[in-house]
Amino acid sequence: MLSEQIQTRINRELKKYPSDQKQSAVMAALRFVQDEKGWIANDDIADVATYLGMPKMAVYEVATFYHMYNLKPMGKHTITVCTNLSCTLCGAGDTVAYLQARLGIGLGEVTADGKYGLREGECMGACKDAPLFTVNNKKLCGRLSKEKIDQILVELDQS
Amino acid sequence: MINVEIDGKLVETENGSTVMDAAHKAGIHIPHFCYHKKLSIAANCRMCLVEVEKAPKPLPACATPATDGMKVHTHSELAVKAQKGVMEFLLINHPLDCPICDQGGECMLQDVAMGYGATASRYSEEKRIVMQKNIGALISTMEMSRCIQCTRCVRFGQEIAGMMELGMAFRGEHAEIMSFVDSSVDSELAGNMIDLCPVGALTSKPFRYTARNWELSRRKSVSPHDGLGSNLAVHVKNNKVMRVTPIENEDINECWISDRDRFSYEGLNVPERLTKPMLKQGGKWLEVEWPAALEYVAHGLSQIVNEHGAAQIAALATPQSTLEELYLLQKFMRGLGSGNVDFRLRQSDFSADGKQVNAPWLGMKIAEINTRDRLLIVGSFLRKDHPLLAQRVRQAVKHGAQANIVHSSNDDLLMPVANKAIVAPNELLNVLAQILKALAVEKKATPDASVQGVEVGSAAAAIAKSLASGERAAVLLGNFAQQHPQAVQLALLAERISALCGAQFGYLGEAANTVGGYLAGAVPYGNGALFIEKRISPRRPKDVVQGMNAAQMLASPRKAYLLLNVEPELDMHDPQQAMTAMRAADMVVALSAYKHHATDYADVLLPIAPFTETSGTFVSSEGRAQSFKGTVKPLGEARPAWKVLRVLGNLLDIQGFEYDTSEEVRDAMLSGHNVADKLNNHVEGVAIQAVMSASDAGMQRVANVPIYSTDAVVRRAASLQKTSDASTPCVKMHGNELRKLGVQSGGAVKVSQGRATVRLEVQADDTMPAGTARVAAGHPATAELGAMFGTITVERA
Repeated sequence: MLSEQIQTRINRELKKYPSDQKQSAVMAALRFVQDEKGWIANDDIADVATYLGMPKMAVYEVATFYHMYNLKPMGKHTITVCTNLSCTLCGAGDTVAYLQARLGIGLGEVTADGKYGLREGECMGACKDAPLFTVNNKKLCGRLSKEKIDQILVELDQS
Repeated sequence: MINVEIDGKLVETENGSTVMDAAHKAGIHIPHFCYHKKLSIAANCRMCLVEVEKAPKPLPACATPATDGMKVHTHSELAVKAQKGVMEFLLINHPLDCPICDQGGECMLQDVAMGYGATASRYSEEKRIVMQKNIGALISTMEMSRCIQCTRCVRFGQEIAGMMELGMAFRGEHAEIMSFVDSSVDSELAGNMIDLCPVGALTSKPFRYTARNWELSRRKSVSPHDGLGSNLAVHVKNNKVMRVTPIENEDINECWISDRDRFSYEGLNVPERLTKPMLKQGGKWLEVEWPAALEYVAHGLSQIVNEHGAAQIAALATPQSTLEELYLLQKFMRGLGSGNVDFRLRQSDFSADGKQVNAPWLGMKIAEINTRDRLLIVGSFLRKDHPLLAQRVRQAVKHGAQANIVHSSNDDLLMPVANKAIVAPNELLNVLAQILKALAVEKKATPDASVQGVEVGSAAAAIAKSLASGERAAVLLGNFAQQHPQAVQLALLAERISALCGAQFGYLGEAANTVGGYLAGAVPYGNGALFIEKRISPRRPKDVVQGMNAAQMLASPRKAYLLLNVEPELDMHDPQQAMTAMRAADMVVALSAYKHHATDYADVLLPIAPFTETSGTFVSSEGRAQSFKGTVKPLGEARPAWKVLRVLGNLLDIQGFEYDTSEEVRDAMLSGHNVADKLNNHVEGVAIQAVMSASDAGMQRVANVPIYSTDAVVRRAASLQKTSDASTPCVKMHGNELRKLGVQSGGAVKVSQGRATVRLEVQADDTMPAGTARVAAGHPATAELGAMFGTITVERA
């Protein structure tokens, strides 16, 4: 079952679309699930499908198509490092290497305490701030250096 | 209409059609994979790229609208270069394992690659691998790496089958066709995905690796399983049916067939097949030669005629029997002097016998269903009883028709249903009366006196409103309505409703010869075929009696029974009563393709040929007589039933049994007659009874015949029996009823009817009307129970 909070958020989203086009809200609905749980389980996909009156497979198609939906548990803070061209030219490789060393995990992995997840991402459309990463797909952190990364991790540790 | 020039050929095509349509009209082939005329346009394979003058790039023919004056080149340098390029890319991740691929020899990819591809691949890097998935007993996905992502199977599920079970997950190079978390594909039309798949990714699980396409001869046949009369191609190797595929017939099955039609052939080659005549002597079954068995039958029957009179002999046949078999069976019986012959085995209301103007039928052409704008479907497990007809209703609804349902079970029809009245079986009549009354008000007509007393509920009012607002309506009675104890009254009301709203009125045929049985005269009234061959001279005219119908023959047991294809414990309306009658009879002659339970009560088993091994005719629901030839030789010493009946007729000196071919039998019936003139749903001389609201009748049984239990062949088709549709039936009841019993959903209950009690699993289904329990018929698990309708006891086990 989807939590009450998720249902409220989906209902608000549904108001944007005609009543016979509930499937328009599928991407938002999946996002709400991920916001609450950190990842989207198959059961959640089935619940979203039932809630929006869609075939389960149709929701699964959407959930697997987009990179930013986590289909397995990720950390409380999932750091997504952009490794596209601009960032790579500005040293995204070093960012990844430093994060891996600091957190002790590889790309696509989660720390043992479940606090941090690390993954590779595609261009965030903010190349002027390269190299950059996002935290939980929400917070953009740019112009990264080792010091800045340390500082961000300290902040995250405390939150 | 617009004019398009394709490869220098001028062709006129409709406004809004595509370049692909225009090319098709001009007889020009454009290679394609994802395009299919019955499915939506995806344009994702890019194989159909053509050059259009004044367009800067090649365009996909399947998705480019044709415009007036458009000039298209399908073989120009640009087009060929584009096609070659696409072909090369399609083959990059394809394993190129044709020699070990089940599709080899009938593969679109293979054919198109031959025509448009290069001779060798330039790609030497690693290819991607897609793991197999388990999607059920019918479709194999062992080699999903062969998939070219045309998404035909996905679109078929969404658009034709009505349920999206397969989808394309992931993206780009990782895209895979799969079902949601390894769930099985349960659609009753899923087998068509095997035909649709242009490569060897989805293959037939029962057929794969048993034969190569070029070893098979493809012979025409007709499906016996439902009233549609689907055209089949039976593929034969070494006198054995290897598989069945559809033959396209736009008026009947389009290019589809149901899984029941496709996979039932497995039931033809089972060890249970009866291959030699058998006699029971001293309690033991002996294999004998044909003459001995036939002599025994002839002798036994004449003895009973002489000692007890011909009226002590009764004949029952399944509606899956051919027209010729049914005709000869009734002729044989009437020749003996008995009118006791019937093929309506699951019917219980015979009050229209003799008053039916002519054979009841669909009331329209099958293809006309697509053009209806209002439908009222009464008492039908539509999807499971008539899979392809349900598909046509689905298409009609997609094009704006409103479907209205009156039934005792709320099955998911996989389409939007405008209005539903789901009530207990004994309330069905009342609901139809309500609709009639409300419709009369809508149409400003005076309602019949018989329905004045009913109170119109909201569902009935909504249905009446829907019907009144349409222009091309249809009212259809399903199997459940025809098996109902008040079937004739239901039909009368339905006819009245259709008359008021100008609708077509018809019956959905249960089996291939549900219409044909009437035409053949295999009914106890009318004294022979409705195409009357009047002079059937009984040996002793004084013996001619008013025949008994299927129910009467069992209610007052006869001394001898002749069973044509019938398995009484599974095929009859009241199997309990049927078995009692069989056990008590002096002589039971079972003409059957299988060594079935008849060994318990029969005296003679005569091996007859199933539909693939005999020639014959089926008259479909729409009154289309389709003759077919035997596709393989009868197994062992089995013989076509019409021949067996012919010889029996000769042995007993009955006149008019000098037929040499089944065509002669058919012509004796049909030549000089127009089948269409013999179809009429009207019943004369039966009055509509005043409709009262039903009294409390205790727990009522709602019996469906599961889709893979309908006839002897299907019941033995191994792969179909592994599907979820064939799982052991469970009792379905409303949650409140379960609470009353103190049983949990998933628990066990004892179901009693008549003398028998069976133990079944129960499931809560809150869409079931109060006071009803759905208990399937036609399945061994419930075969001991009684009639398909009526009171039933459900207790905590």
